[in-house]
Amino acid sequence: MATVVVVTSGKGGVGKTTSTAALGAALAQSGQNVVVVDFDVGLRNLDLVMGAERRVVFDLINVVQGDAKLPQALIRDKRIDTLSLLPASQTRDKDALTAEGVTRVIGELREKFDWVICDSPAGIERGATLAMRHADTAVVVTNPEVSSVRDSDRIIGMLDSKTVKAEKGERIEKHLLLTRYDSARAARGEMLKTEDVLEILSIPLLGIIPESEQVLRASNLGTPVTIGNPNSAAAKAYFDAARRLRGETLVVKVPADPRSFMGRLFGRRAVA
Amino acid sequence: MSLLSMFRRRDSAPVARERLQVLLAHERAFIGKSDLLAILQEEIIAVIAKHVSIERERVQIKLDRGDPISILEIDVEVPSAAAAAAIGEARPMMAGD
Repeated sequence: MATVVVVTSGKGGVGKTTSTAALGAALAQSGQNVVVVDFDVGLRNLDLVMGAERRVVFDLINVVQGDAKLPQALIRDKRIDTLSLLPASQTRDKDALTAEGVTRVIGELREKFDWVICDSPAGIERGATLAMRHADTAVVVTNPEVSSVRDSDRIIGMLDSKTVKAEKGERIEKHLLLTRYDSARAARGEMLKTEDVLEILSIPLLGIIPESEQVLRASNLGTPVTIGNPNSAAAKAYFDAARRLRGETLVVKVPADPRSFMGRLFGRRAVA
Repeated sequence: MSLLSMFRRRDSAPVARERLQVLLAHERAFIGKSDLLAILQEEIIAVIAKHVSIERERVQIKLDRGDPISILEIDVEVPSAAAAAAIGEARPMMAGD
């Protein structure tokens, strides 16, 4: 039985695509059959973050419109063979994505994979609602910052009203993935703390991804951080988040990369 | 940044937290009931227009969300008797043209 996950946030630039790639890869690395689906029609980027931008032939719109069969559009990852990508199209016509077409494609993906991870576009428009439409589980990506928390709250409201599960009166599982977190700044009172965000949004915590230079490095290279640098703090956090998605109960830690001498001095002063 | 100002700096995270809590308490109540302000505006205009001739553009409705109270401000410009008569006269004439 496949699980459809939507990675969503409302606000742009908080790490949806990065997190889709890293979580998808982490699940695939643990032997699960995973497809990551880019719903950002017109502004596709998941292909780039996954390092598959030169292998895109057909895309989600082609499959939705019946111009290509699903297996033709799926791109198998070269590093992890249980990981696939269904890219978005670059067409500017967002109406090409129809509700019926998406229903059919998600149905077909459910038969082929254990996990269908949908990377939502930013905003609360059609693309975002279609991406969340069939989700069993939502990963709400949030930065510890006021506008991101506010937008996440909006998205949580939409998950509870506009998804198929919600309309059937069932509960959609929602998880908070806190990204770009800086524990030192939070301890100094300069950044919202995890507890603050959890209290405000009141959904369970899937993980805390520390602000890390390894995340940018991963997208520069087109290699999800869990594949490219599995020992980094960010990768460890994503591995833990993936295990929680699978239902494991783990204590949430904020992994930290080893700091430089100056960084350590600074960090100690800050926490004290 | 001098050493002094570093110690003097006030924490901003608690402010962020409080602002969010107040804001979201309101947004959760209002959003989802579509656009409350737009509905209020339409219905209030309809009620007033039944008794007084007013121009739609001259009605301002504002909602100021605060803690512990919010203020709903309705600003209706009612034309003077002469202006109202002029509006009243102008309309049938235009219709007759």
